[in-house]
Amino acid sequence: MKTAELIEALAADPKPHGPGLRQTCLIAMALGAAASAALFLVLVGPRADFAQAVHTLRFDLKFVDALALLLPSVLLGLHILRPDARVGALALMFAAPLALLGGAVLVELSVIPSAQWGELMLGDNAMHCLRVIPLLSIPPLLALIYAMRGGAPQNPTLAGALAGAASAGIAATLYASNCPDDSPLFVASWYPLATLIVVAAGALLGRRLLRW
Amino acid sequence: MSEAPSDEKWAQMMRAAIGGDEAVYRRLLEEIGRSVRAMARGAFSRARVGDADVEDVVQETLLAIHLKRQTWDGGRSLAPWVGAIARHKIIDAMRRRGARRVEPIEDFENVLAAPAGEDPHARSDAERLMKQLAPRQRDIVRSISLDGESISATATRLSMSEGAVRVALHRALKSLAASWREAVQ
Repeated sequence: MKTAELIEALAADPKPHGPGLRQTCLIAMALGAAASAALFLVLVGPRADFAQAVHTLRFDLKFVDALALLLPSVLLGLHILRPDARVGALALMFAAPLALLGGAVLVELSVIPSAQWGELMLGDNAMHCLRVIPLLSIPPLLALIYAMRGGAPQNPTLAGALAGAASAGIAATLYASNCPDDSPLFVASWYPLATLIVVAAGALLGRRLLRW
Repeated sequence: MSEAPSDEKWAQMMRAAIGGDEAVYRRLLEEIGRSVRAMARGAFSRARVGDADVEDVVQETLLAIHLKRQTWDGGRSLAPWVGAIARHKIIDAMRRRGARRVEPIEDFENVLAAPAGEDPHARSDAERLMKQLAPRQRDIVRSISLDGESISATATRLSMSEGAVRVALHRALKSLAASWREAVQ
């Protein structure tokens, strides 16, 4: 086929189809989050003392941590769908969740006697956390990867990893209301591990499915 | 710099194209094709991989520009966006040719001034890849690209709605891009 012939085919249809890429991705993420919330309610649901827990700082901090991961992941993930995007200083946004987590751990270590550190870190259900967060991440991750196929990322693996991080942020937000362990020592040990599992899955999916 | 006005012109042309202007879109794709061809020839000769794939790169880039035009921020200039897509496709093509290491590719802005024409004998892989399309899709692509038929004429001939022809053409171009990608792996 000659290039001039291809151009004829392309020029016949100048208007883009459907809504914009960002909009598509945000809708996909919202649908994935809704499916994930339904899954959460069916499988585990919020913990029994949810109403009292909301008034404790440690419990609330888990949501702040999860949202601090979700927000930069979404912003950067959408940004790098452009082929000419540069990550650059935007990656510094990820200092927010890390600093938050690190700061909370330091405060916790200073107010809790060292004899209890190990117990708090291991918590009651680390394995539950490592299972539920990846499980709840599946719907938003699949929806996001599907929608992101309209993008043109220079690095498809990174785009997939960020979709994974965003999905883990959604899952962690939901799971935090079920998880009985509120100590930052527990949160800083297990939530990031669960997140990394999802990030790795996203990176693998992205490498295969977000190539263009 | 002489690039700046040309690039501003491209951005305007792309905005008109997205608004539905076929003639402007065709002219823009032709201009972009010439610049990408010059860029690909330069990159291939510096990497010493021969330039048999140049027309493939040009066509893959044009196809990606078409399919990914929603990733262009309409408020920005077009050349850096086009350059990023072309660079991505050139690197793919070089890996396909087994270039041991990919030399840095010159800035797209530098080749805007020296566009290159199509080699009349060059044939791309698209011809072969077209065979993988569903018969109806292939018919639609052929009648528009080779016979120069319009979407509305194609719709009448096949007794389809214009919207359905548009969607079929879009799907055909998407699967063309996908099978090109498969061929790379």
